[in-house]
Amino acid sequence: MKIIIVGCGRVGQTLTEKLNADGNDITVIDVSSEKVNTLTSRFDVLGVVGNGATHAVQREAGIDSADLLIAVTNSDELNLLCCLVAKKEGNCQTIARVKNPEYSQETAYLQNELGLAMVINPEYAAAEEIARVLRFPSAIKIEPFGKGKVELVKFRLSPDGLLAGLSVKEMMMKFRPDILVCSVERGEEAYIPNGDFVFQGKDVVSIIATPKNANDFFIKIKYKGHSIKDAIVVGGGVITHYLCEILERSNISLKVIEKDFKTCEEISAKWGKTIVINGNASDQELLLEEGLSTTDAFVALAHHDEENVLLSLFAKEAGVKKLVTKINRTDYDRVINRLDLDTVVCPKNVVSGEILRYVRATKNSQGSNMETLYTIIENKVEAAEFIVKDGSPIIGTPLSQLKFKKNVLVASIVRNGKVMIPRGQDFIQAGDAVIVITKGLPLENIADVLER
Amino acid sequence: MNFSIVKRTLGWLLLFEGIFFLVPLLTAVIYWEEEFFSFLITILLCGGLGGLCLIKKPKNSNIYAKEGFVIVALSWIVLSLFGALPFFFSGAISSYTNALFETVSGFTTTGASILSGNQIESMAKSLLIWRSFTHWVGGMGVLVLIMAFLPLSGGRNMHIMKAESPGPSVGKLVPKVRQTALILYTIYFGLTVAEFILLLCGGMSAFDALNTAFATAGTGGFGIKGDSIASYNNYLQIVITVFMLLFSLNFNSYYLIGKGRLKEAFNAEIRVFLVIVVSAISLITLNLCLADYGYSVGGAIKHASFAVSSIISTTGFATEDFALWPAFSQTILVALIFIGACAGSTGGGMKVSRHMILVKGGMHEVGRLIHPKQVKKITIDKRVVEHEVVRSVNAYLVAFVVVFVLSFLLISIDGKDFTTSFTSVATTLNNVGPGLGGVGPSGNFAIYSDFSKFVFMFDMLAGRLEIFPMLVLFAPSTWRR
Repeated sequence: MKIIIVGCGRVGQTLTEKLNADGNDITVIDVSSEKVNTLTSRFDVLGVVGNGATHAVQREAGIDSADLLIAVTNSDELNLLCCLVAKKEGNCQTIARVKNPEYSQETAYLQNELGLAMVINPEYAAAEEIARVLRFPSAIKIEPFGKGKVELVKFRLSPDGLLAGLSVKEMMMKFRPDILVCSVERGEEAYIPNGDFVFQGKDVVSIIATPKNANDFFIKIKYKGHSIKDAIVVGGGVITHYLCEILERSNISLKVIEKDFKTCEEISAKWGKTIVINGNASDQELLLEEGLSTTDAFVALAHHDEENVLLSLFAKEAGVKKLVTKINRTDYDRVINRLDLDTVVCPKNVVSGEILRYVRATKNSQGSNMETLYTIIENKVEAAEFIVKDGSPIIGTPLSQLKFKKNVLVASIVRNGKVMIPRGQDFIQAGDAVIVITKGLPLENIADVLER
Repeated sequence: MNFSIVKRTLGWLLLFEGIFFLVPLLTAVIYWEEEFFSFLITILLCGGLGGLCLIKKPKNSNIYAKEGFVIVALSWIVLSLFGALPFFFSGAISSYTNALFETVSGFTTTGASILSGNQIESMAKSLLIWRSFTHWVGGMGVLVLIMAFLPLSGGRNMHIMKAESPGPSVGKLVPKVRQTALILYTIYFGLTVAEFILLLCGGMSAFDALNTAFATAGTGGFGIKGDSIASYNNYLQIVITVFMLLFSLNFNSYYLIGKGRLKEAFNAEIRVFLVIVVSAISLITLNLCLADYGYSVGGAIKHASFAVSSIISTTGFATEDFALWPAFSQTILVALIFIGACAGSTGGGMKVSRHMILVKGGMHEVGRLIHPKQVKKITIDKRVVEHEVVRSVNAYLVAFVVVFVLSFLLISIDGKDFTTSFTSVATTLNNVGPGLGGVGPSGNFAIYSDFSKFVFMFDMLAGRLEIFPMLVLFAPSTWRR
C-alpha cells in the first residue's frame, strides 16, 4: 500500500516504523529537513521536506497514486487541511489526528462531511484505555476484540496467588473457567503456553474471554478484585480532561492535582464533580494530605515521563493498589517494564495501533483475509482475526486433528455473533471469524497457520 | 565495524561478477575462442569464493554509514581484482598490473587504456566485449544492481546507494530502495537497447554495436578500433554524440518525463548543462573554422560536438585527435573535464550541480563583503540547498584538490611533460579517459611506470566513488570494532 505520512513527530515516527515493517511504500513529509533525514536514513522510506498541506508538496510525494494519507502534525487545523487537499488532489483515504477537545466532539461531523476515513486522537484514546483499566483494575491492559464481543485482558500474577505453581491443565481442572490463556510474558521472554505450562509468580498473563467470563474467572481465582471508587490524577493536561469526561457518569470520583492555577479553574469550571487541587504533585506532603495512602488508584499524567515514573513509584511505596503511568517515550520500555509499574499507557502506541489495524484491514480487502491484527506483546506475540472463506483447508477438521505450526493457538471462534472458546473437538466453518495467536510468524492467510 | 555484513555483501558481489562473466563466456563460445577457459576458471573462482563468504549468516545485518562506505569501496576494489583475471590468464595483457589498470579503468567508466591501437584490434572478441561490458556494469553501479535483486539489509540500504551513486545529494524515486534501483536499471537498460538498435540501423555490425552501446551507456569510452570512433560513418557518429549526452543527464529526469512531470524533469542542473554544452560547441567550432584547420563548417560542428559531448559526459571517445587542435579549443576541453556530467547520471567528473552550488556560494561570499550582515541561502530550482549539502560540496572540493595535487606530485616522478602529467591526473580522477599530450586520443597510459599506474587506479576509483569512500578506507577509526 502507498502511504503518505505528514508530520514526523513521535506518532509519525512510530507509524513509519511499524507500517514500514509491514512492507508498505511510505513517503514522509515534514517541514524540518532534519526530522525527515533521520527517518529516511533509518528506514527504507522516501522523504519530502515542505508543508504537507500544500498541493505542490503532496504532488511531489506522489499523492496521485497514494492509497492513504495520514496527517499527524502538531496542529489539528493543518492536519485537517492536509486531508482536504489530499481528497481533492488524489483518490485516497485520509486519516487526521485531531486533539483539540472542541473539535473532537465533532468527530462524526468531520468524518462524514469532510470524508475522512478516520479521526484519531491519541489523548482521547489514552484516556479511554485508562478508563477501562480503572473500571476493571485487575487488568494491566484490556483490549476489545472481535467487535467488542471478547476482550483481551492482561494481568500480572501475584507470587502468593492461587495460580502460581499450577500448570495450565491443572488450572483448568481446578477452576473450570471459560477462558483461554493466550500468552505469558516472563521477564524478557514471551510464551504461547500449552497444557503443561506452569505459571510462576509475577508472570504477565494474557487471557481471552467475554467480559462476564473474565470477571467470573478473577473472582474464582480470588484475584485482588477490589473495585475503584476514587483516584488521584496528577497533571491537568488534555488526557486528564478526557478522563474527566469519560468517567463523569461513572461512580469513580477523581481528584486532580495541577500546578497551574488557571488550568485548575478551567477543569473545575467544566467538570464540577471533579475535585481540583492547585499544588505541586512532587510535594509528598501534599499527596499524603490529599489521601494518597487511602486512595484506590493513582494516575500519573504529568508532562515529563521521569516525573510520572517517580510519582508512581512513590505511590506504590505508599500502598496504592492500582497504578497508571503515562509514558511518552518508549525508548526505555525495557527498563520501565522491570519496575513493575502496573499499567503503563503510551498515547502514541495506542493510536499507532489503531491506525495499523485500519491499514491492515484495508489491505485485506485487497488480498489476504485478515480482519485485524493486535499486538499482545510488543514485537513478539500477535493476535490476528480472520474471516474464514469457503474452500479454506482449515474448514471441517476438528482442531485436535489439524497440524498447526509451532507457536500457533486458535483463541476463539465467533460464529453467528456467538463466541466460542474452542476445544480440541471443535471445528471451523466457512464464515467464522477466527482469532489466532502467533509468536513471530508472518500471517497473510488463515491457511498460513497450518504445517505444509 | 560490522565485518560479517561486509563479508556477506562481498560474497554476493563475487557471485554477481560470476554472472557478469557469462557475457564474455558466451561470446567466446560463439566465436569459438580459447579465451573460454580463462573466463571459466575466473567464474569458478568467483563462485567458489563468493559461496564461501555466504555460508555463514551474520547475526547483525545493520548497515550504518560507515559500513556503507566500506562496502562500496571494497566492492569496487574486489570487483576490479577479479575482473582483471581473464586478461591475465589469457595472456592478452602479460602484466597483472596492466590488466588491473585496464579493468579499473573499465569499471570506473574512465576508458583510459594501456593498450595501443594495434593491440586492441588484435584482441580476442570475448575479451573486447568483457572490456566494454565493465563500462556498462560500472556505469550505474554494481551494488545498485545487487540491491535491485536482493534485500541486502533492512532499511539501511540507503547508505550504500548514497555512497555509490554520483552527485551531492542522492534521493530516491519511490519509497523503496529496491524499487528505485530497479527503475534506474530499467531506464539504463532501455536506453542501451535503443542505442544498440540505432547503431545497427546505421550499418554497424552487431558485435561493434554492442560494444559501442556498452561503452557509451556507462560513459566509459573503450573503443574496439585503434582510431576509436573515427572510422565509422557520419550517422553513427551523430547517434553516439546524442547518446553520450543522454547518458550524462540525470536519470531521475527520465523517470519524471515518463510520469509526465516535464517541468520538474528539466531542472536547473540540466538547463545549465545544456547551456555549457551548446556554448562549448559554438566556441570550439568558431575556433576551428577561424584557425583554418582544414575542416568544412559542417565538419567542424560535427567534430566539435563529438569532442564536447565525449569530454563533458566523461566518455572519452574520439573522432579526431583533439590533442592537435588550437590551444583555445584544448583549454575548453580541459575545463570540461573538470565540469563533468549531471548528478545521478552514469557520467563522472565533479558534476554540474556541485559547480552550481560552489559558484552560488562564492557569489554570496562576495555579496557578504559588500553587505556584511546579509543573510542569504543558496537555492536551486527555488529550493533551499541544505547547509549540510553545501558543506559536503565544499569538503568534496577540498578533498578533490588534495588528491589531485598529491597524485600529480607522485606521477611527476616519471618525468613526463607538464601537459601530459596534468591531464593524465585530471582525466583519470574525472573518469574521462584520454587527456592531452602523450595521453591524447592517439596515445595511451603504457608510457607510465607501474607505480604511477597504481596512483591512477586509485584516482579512477576515487573519482568514480566521489573520493570519500576511498578516503574512509584510510581512516583508522573505520577499522575499530
